[in-house]
Amino acid sequence: MGKRMKSILINLELIFVSLIVLVPVFWIVISSFHKGNGLASSTLIPKVLSLDNYRRLFEETSYITWFKNSLSIALLNSFLSVMLIMVTAWVVSRFHFKGKKNGLMIMLILSMFPSFLSMTAIYTLFMTFGLNKTPLALVIIYSTGAIPYNVWLVKGYLDGISTSLDEAAYIDGSTKFYTFVKIILPLSKPIIVYCAVSQFMMPWMDYILPNLLFSGESTKTVAVGLYSMITGNENSNFTLFAAGAVLIAIPITILYLIFQSYLVEGISSGANKG
Amino acid sequence: MTKRRISTLLSVFIWGGGQFFIGKQRWKGLLFFAMQLSFIGIEMMTGYWIEYANGLIKHFKFRLHGGFLTKGIWGFVTLGTKAGARNGDHSTILLINGIITIIIFTIILLIFSLNLKDAYFTGKMMEKQGKCPTFKESLRTLLKKSFPYVVLSPILLLIAFTVIMPIAFSFLTAFTNYNKNHLPPGTLIDWVGFSNFTKLFKVPIWSGTFFSVLIWTVIWTICATFSTYFFGMFQAILLNSKYVKLKSLYRGIMILPWAIPQLISLLVFKNLLNGQFGPIGQLLIELGLADQRVPFLTDPFLAKITIILVNLWMGFPMFMIMIQGILSNIDKELYEAASIDGANGFQIFGKITFPLVYKATAPLVIMNLAGNFNGFGAIYFLTEGGPVNANYQLAGDTDILISWIYKLTLTHQMYDMAAVMCIILFIFIGSVSFWNFRRTQAFKEV
Repeated sequence: MGKRMKSILINLELIFVSLIVLVPVFWIVISSFHKGNGLASSTLIPKVLSLDNYRRLFEETSYITWFKNSLSIALLNSFLSVMLIMVTAWVVSRFHFKGKKNGLMIMLILSMFPSFLSMTAIYTLFMTFGLNKTPLALVIIYSTGAIPYNVWLVKGYLDGISTSLDEAAYIDGSTKFYTFVKIILPLSKPIIVYCAVSQFMMPWMDYILPNLLFSGESTKTVAVGLYSMITGNENSNFTLFAAGAVLIAIPITILYLIFQSYLVEGISSGANKG
Repeated sequence: MTKRRISTLLSVFIWGGGQFFIGKQRWKGLLFFAMQLSFIGIEMMTGYWIEYANGLIKHFKFRLHGGFLTKGIWGFVTLGTKAGARNGDHSTILLINGIITIIIFTIILLIFSLNLKDAYFTGKMMEKQGKCPTFKESLRTLLKKSFPYVVLSPILLLIAFTVIMPIAFSFLTAFTNYNKNHLPPGTLIDWVGFSNFTKLFKVPIWSGTFFSVLIWTVIWTICATFSTYFFGMFQAILLNSKYVKLKSLYRGIMILPWAIPQLISLLVFKNLLNGQFGPIGQLLIELGLADQRVPFLTDPFLAKITIILVNLWMGFPMFMIMIQGILSNIDKELYEAASIDGANGFQIFGKITFPLVYKATAPLVIMNLAGNFNGFGAIYFLTEGGPVNANYQLAGDTDILISWIYKLTLTHQMYDMAAVMCIILFIFIGSVSFWNFRRTQAFKEV
């Protein structure tokens, strides 16, 4: 096989795969500008384009409320998770205590339990403490659920930071928490970014939990709202769904692309260091 | 009697008594005593013990008059004795309160044993030195010695309620008859021992469905993981080839499925492949490739293929990017040396590239296997497990264990059987991950 031939084949393959990747993306974006609301009319190449669906999305649905709910959950979750994860991982990495190894292992294994079967219990718990009114209560479940795996990950990262820095600070009379805030936290910026971004992304597309725990229009999140648009009546609200999906997918996709290197680093250190 | 024995004995009955009277540690003693009081207080205030002591209640019953703790234990053991939505017992709430009671008792026991241990050492200290450290000093030693426990205990408490309690509840559900015939508050639930487990393996329709679903779950897990892994590797190698000019353009496009939220991709594909109105079916007819609508998601066999392909679309970019990173770190001299020795492309791949990539990605592959085994989203949002299979017990042809469990719980309210399956699934996933985490570097260093 000649070099020319090889070059053509490789490039053809890449173009082909790129097209396969782009077609569904292109189709959903185009569908959102479709006139008419059915799936049947959403052909790959449209005849008329309009912004009608976006107007309907804001005027006829509670999209803005859903968005606000999801955004506040995501922000709070990102903040709370990072705090819990960093403090726990710091203690686990820097101090020796009885039951550390087994405790960590038990936590990791327990976090593998499929969470939605325990929904009945969580639901009752939420009712008992009156938490079933605001979707922000979800953050409690999300952030504690994030502890085991992420602590494991961050611990691996912190182990890589030399303890000589902490020790120098202790000799200078610094307290434990001061050392943590002033020395450990600034040095772990990449892993903090990873945790913050991944915990920010996670709640946007969680459908099961918010759907089970809350009912009513004012407590819906984006995922629940979007899904409700196309279940049962795919053919009647499809273009509206497309508009909503595009509107939410664009910022998340952009965030993902911006923080790509942090995410790649986070995943691969999860695989290597553990 | 020695001081350490008196001190310990005192603290058995009055928490902090040893510390207070023998060690003269007033604050510490009072603190332990306050904890004892608060535990007794919880029970007293939530129950009718005072009325009982005054003779106002003739026939004392835990069901009606017990406090949170005693009623919790009673509820855990009986799961309720009086049926009926009005004034009856609510079995699931009783079970949950029972679990919470057990958690509280564990905490009480922990504090109690701490109290005893401390009283013993206080007595010993008095014998040896004749004095004890002040409250301030002991607080300082506590913060110094038990610092990790002090910081972690609030976090652990949070985990106990939001992670461990729910898991304990679902675990225990497997040993009850909690299903649509026994739904609180209308009816009571009872403990049934292992009969749900025997049902799963002895009743043909259950065991038949279970094994068929399990086989498809395993096939799905393997196909989903390795198709994305090898296709991702293939794309990474192509992207790294010297013939490709627009590397970053291709990479930028192919990274998209990874960046777009999965739920949205899945719902888009669900519509794109819709058997009645989907544009892909339409296109195939217009091009003359099919003479009728293709049942991408409703034909048992075709639906399985479709799910694996859609998963490939969503999953390959992650592996592609990871492997591209590894490839760029491989020493170029290795390749040069190999080609000087006359190795061809396949030999170089088999002997150099693949072993290096595999070594670096093996843990990722295992994590991916575990993730796909529980890969609820790809199945549920594309086909909802369908098409329905009449030979299965409430499952469809594309259902994997987790989506079947989901349906059993939410659609059919068979909490008991779902819990049994959950335990089996958990044992499976748990042991694989245990083995995986166990051999990582971080664990050895703990």
